[in-house]
Amino acid sequence: MASKLQAASLFDPAIFWRASIDALIKLDPRKLVRNPVIFVTEIVAAVVTAIFVREFVTGSGDPAFSGQIAAWLWFTVLFANFAEAVAEGRGKAQAATLRGMRSNVMAKRLAVPGIVDEAVEHIAADELRIGDIVLVEAGDLIPADGEIVEGVATVNEAAITGESAPVIREAGGDRSAVTGGTTVVSDWVKVKVTAEAGSTFLDRMIALVEGAERQKTPNELALSILLSGMTLIFLIAVATLWGLAGYSGTELSLTVLIALLVTLIPTTIGGLLSAIGIAGMDRLIRFNVIATSGRAVEAAGDVDTLLLDKTGTITFGNRQATEIIPVAGVQEKEAVEAAWLASLADETAEGRSIVSLAQEKYNLSATAKSNDMKLIVFSASTRLSGVDVGGHKLRKGAVDAVLKFCANEGNKTEPANFRGAVDRIAQSGGTPLALADGARLLGVIHLKDVVKGEIKERFGELRRMGIRTVMVTGDNPVTAAAIASEAGVDDFIAEATPEDKLRYIREQQANGRLIAMCGDGTNDAPALAQADVGVAMQTGTQAAREAGNMVDLDSNPTKLIEVVEIGKQLLMTRGSLTTFSIANDVAKYFAIIPALFVVTYPELQALNVMHLATPKSAILSAVIFNALIIIALIPLALRGVQYRSAGAASLLRRNLLIYGLGGILLPFAGIKLVDLTVAVLGLA
Amino acid sequence: MTAIGWLQIGILFALVLVCVKPLGGYMARVFQGERTPLTIVLGPIERGFYRLAGVDPAKEQGWFAYTVAMIVFNAAGFLLLYLILRLQGFFPLNPQGFSAVAPDLAFNTAISFVTNTNWQAYGGETTMSHFAQMTGLTVQNFLSAATGIALAIAFVRAFARSGAAYVGNFWVDMTRATLYVLLPFSVIVALAFVASGLPQTLLASVDVKTLEGAAQTIAIGPVASQEAIKQLGTNGGGFFNVNSAHPFENPNAISNLISIWAMLAISASLPYTFGKMAGDTRQGWALLLAMLVILVAGVGIAYWAEAGGNPAFAAFGIDPSSGNLEGKEVRFGVVMSALYAAVTTGLSCGAVNAMHDSFTPLAGMIPLIMIKLGEVLPGGVGSGLYGMLIFAILAVFIAGLMVGRTPEYLGKKIEAREMKLAMFAVLILPLCILGFSAAAANLPFALESLANNGPHGLSEILYAYSSATGNNGSAFAGLSANTKWYNTTLGISMLLGRFAYIVPMMAIAGSLAAKKRSPASAGTFPTHTPLFVGLLIGVILIVGGLQFFPALALGPIVEHLLMLAGKTF
Repeated sequence: MASKLQAASLFDPAIFWRASIDALIKLDPRKLVRNPVIFVTEIVAAVVTAIFVREFVTGSGDPAFSGQIAAWLWFTVLFANFAEAVAEGRGKAQAATLRGMRSNVMAKRLAVPGIVDEAVEHIAADELRIGDIVLVEAGDLIPADGEIVEGVATVNEAAITGESAPVIREAGGDRSAVTGGTTVVSDWVKVKVTAEAGSTFLDRMIALVEGAERQKTPNELALSILLSGMTLIFLIAVATLWGLAGYSGTELSLTVLIALLVTLIPTTIGGLLSAIGIAGMDRLIRFNVIATSGRAVEAAGDVDTLLLDKTGTITFGNRQATEIIPVAGVQEKEAVEAAWLASLADETAEGRSIVSLAQEKYNLSATAKSNDMKLIVFSASTRLSGVDVGGHKLRKGAVDAVLKFCANEGNKTEPANFRGAVDRIAQSGGTPLALADGARLLGVIHLKDVVKGEIKERFGELRRMGIRTVMVTGDNPVTAAAIASEAGVDDFIAEATPEDKLRYIREQQANGRLIAMCGDGTNDAPALAQADVGVAMQTGTQAAREAGNMVDLDSNPTKLIEVVEIGKQLLMTRGSLTTFSIANDVAKYFAIIPALFVVTYPELQALNVMHLATPKSAILSAVIFNALIIIALIPLALRGVQYRSAGAASLLRRNLLIYGLGGILLPFAGIKLVDLTVAVLGLA
Repeated sequence: MTAIGWLQIGILFALVLVCVKPLGGYMARVFQGERTPLTIVLGPIERGFYRLAGVDPAKEQGWFAYTVAMIVFNAAGFLLLYLILRLQGFFPLNPQGFSAVAPDLAFNTAISFVTNTNWQAYGGETTMSHFAQMTGLTVQNFLSAATGIALAIAFVRAFARSGAAYVGNFWVDMTRATLYVLLPFSVIVALAFVASGLPQTLLASVDVKTLEGAAQTIAIGPVASQEAIKQLGTNGGGFFNVNSAHPFENPNAISNLISIWAMLAISASLPYTFGKMAGDTRQGWALLLAMLVILVAGVGIAYWAEAGGNPAFAAFGIDPSSGNLEGKEVRFGVVMSALYAAVTTGLSCGAVNAMHDSFTPLAGMIPLIMIKLGEVLPGGVGSGLYGMLIFAILAVFIAGLMVGRTPEYLGKKIEAREMKLAMFAVLILPLCILGFSAAAANLPFALESLANNGPHGLSEILYAYSSATGNNGSAFAGLSANTKWYNTTLGISMLLGRFAYIVPMMAIAGSLAAKKRSPASAGTFPTHTPLFVGLLIGVILIVGGLQFFPALALGPIVEHLLMLAGKTF
């Protein structure tokens, strides 16, 4: 993962200055109106500024006070803008790296598609149209996204994936897609262009990373509505307070009413909401997963069923030998040696695993191959492989094939424990291989789909979070069931076809579940599109990449689990800061209400539980605290709240304690601290 | 405060809790159309009504059709009641010969009874004929209560169903609520009231010679029957002007206990009905627990403040140990008055057995807060449940994200549409209460109605608009509300407080019913745990209550602090 898109540190100086400037640019009310809470803050900041100017010019009122309030209200808006700008800035830095790869390449377009030796014309890559066919030779950059129509080539896709090892791309099948900006290392291919300049994968990735196409996600939208509604409620409460105060014989100035309003409306979460969303996308990008929309990240948090391909995710993908069982009357050493000899020439993963098992587990010392060995290569007709050495005909292979071989050699009887061992292996989900020396059966080799070491604990964690795991495999139900129980998945689909997957997803969705899956083949596309979160592998086909709503640049199906965790963390951060922001109001009331009315009703001093110095310092302190808390929470908003895989009940207990109760208590201390500072500095 | 006092409070809540499961379960059966012990008698009557009205009970309605039916029905009820009040002079059963009720008062009263508020800007025994009381007011006592129950049941179905287009049939729910729930229980409670000494007669009054030899006319009438539905339906509109403080509405400790129990019974049982219908009774218990925790806290504070009394009295040499007895009936005393006040306002009932105006400031603030919190503790029949469910939705939305999933309640996702509608609904309260109060506090002609000045006067205004908007109907007294300004603005508040809340609430019901219900898992936000109860209470207090803090600070809170400083109003 060396050359992955690196995350910029939280306050990288470059990003810091860029964000500071962006925070000022974002003051444009036409842009700010998208964020109602901060928009209201900006309007009232302008009003207090006008009051300050009038007081300053006419010498009436208290310009020192209104000036400070105005300044802190502007700071509140700027801090909110800054939070968003910092979050975007990190994306922009990554986008710049990507943009560097999209240099202006020339393409070799074939004038008459379909004919082998036709002339090529050189045109700029951004003039290519969908359907054009281009020739790409060794050393060329692939000019646009497309499908290989002819040829095989090794392609270096480091520009996109950060993986420097070249991959093979060829016409037909699931490895025919190529991405603009990647380099052909050897051979040549003809590529049919499938995306025009501006809408290629690289362009889309840049736009997504930059947040240019950012739209509010459904939950963000709903939360904005709640925040706007609460703003409206407090607007009513503050506006009517002017009337109620009038009845009580108190003339409240507009400045203090505005101060009360801004401290009550949820500026904290209002200011951090979009930064949280952008940071969530950003975390995903650092995992080398690109989501096509924020909606997909949100859905990832909601997912309650994971469809995982067995191969590569749950098991290592290659069957490995785990045991060599001699039949009755055969020494273990003989069987192991025979298996070892029979496999020495076998270059398949299974063969190599037999060799290493023999060497490691059975302490067989490796001796050089003797020259009189005659290798018998595996063939589809005999389904056997092995070696003829020193008069021994050592063979290993599928059980019935080996039995047939023995019968031909003149032996039709099976030793006593042979069938038992074969059945036991088959029932446990493994594959039995028989081993023979001529007519004599020697033993059974246990080939096993080895489940990844830590995966069972991982599934346990997911289960605690309320997420079901479903294994998808082409194996028969017996094998599938055995692996499923070993890996600890909740359910499995055996002998799965793409249609089975699609049907399963539809069934689960009809029961109200949300499904995540990953896939790479074209026949995965319908299921990827149907799933709530579909992660397509970067190595997959164009169809698969377009059907999913995320692309994994590392093409690592295990990452589905991290994707879900990132989604959950995003939602948790949003919820925690919302709760914190709303809980803050309690303390602010206790700071401001006694300050407003203490002249008319000195008895209300009893509500000044924080013993703030003067009415003015109380109001100012609440406003300052309200602004500073946004800055203080930016790191949390960008980093996300601490994530643990635990059940909802324990997560709720913990977060409610920290952000709910903490949200009620912290501002009491915070406002008091600001008040002490204000008093020391003599600001009010 | 005394142990005996707390024992009385304890007995009452025990009596209520005992009936939650049977009554709540019974209502679940009724509204799911299952057989009940009463079906054998009431079934044919029920079907008779459907035939008569041409209603097909099997045909259900979507939320919109359901709401339209409800509004049309209530509008017709309003019109009918308005006409009865205006024309009562022409109808029989008018032994006192009362003439027409004034237009603004008739408007206010008709709205008041249709919205289950039962704000009374009039004195019953000096304004309403028996005919108006029985065919107008009592009928609306039944229908407004049944409307509330029907709406709550429709809302419950939104959670109980998955991917459904329909929320029930309004006519069927209305009929069942009236026939199976309100009528039979009213009969029982009315008989219990008669047994405990309430009059039930068509006579207008009895003339007696007092011990001093003077002649006195004592008003009587069909009190017990109206009293039963007044309490059961959380209506609260008294037969007499002084409501349940009147010796014929509430003669003794037993009738008082029955009164409070009857107010609470249905509202406290409906959360169980909700849990039963939604398939998880723990959900219902959690809501009820949240309701009762705040209610009991309110009772405790009111009792504590009243038992403490006013320090100014002690200065006159009055024994402070008897607490504040101003405005109370000695047959109830401090504890039963404080309990009644907190329950009647937690419930949107509005019946009173003591004058809230005369409470000490903090005790008087309790009813005010109870109403402002949205009448969900446990609230009016039906309206309390749907109000509480809106709060539950808000609580889940605010805190639900903290478990790492987008918010859902009972497997239903809470999204932008529900949030928009919920915000519409919760805006009504501050808009009417604070808006009209701020206006009234600055209009000279509105201020003329005040009996007191200073913070106490402000409390009187705040109370009136809170009571109207919350559809409570109790009065702080001290405010002469029978003026054009108050009749009109309070009428508007009652109307908005009821229907402007119901329409978005039903729209939420429609949208939730249509959603698929996702199955619960370990990752689901738990909404049946004590933690959720605590969260819900926090959201009710912070989101529902904090907005009123400045107004309360200028009213009862400062009045309390001034009282401690020896100043009264």
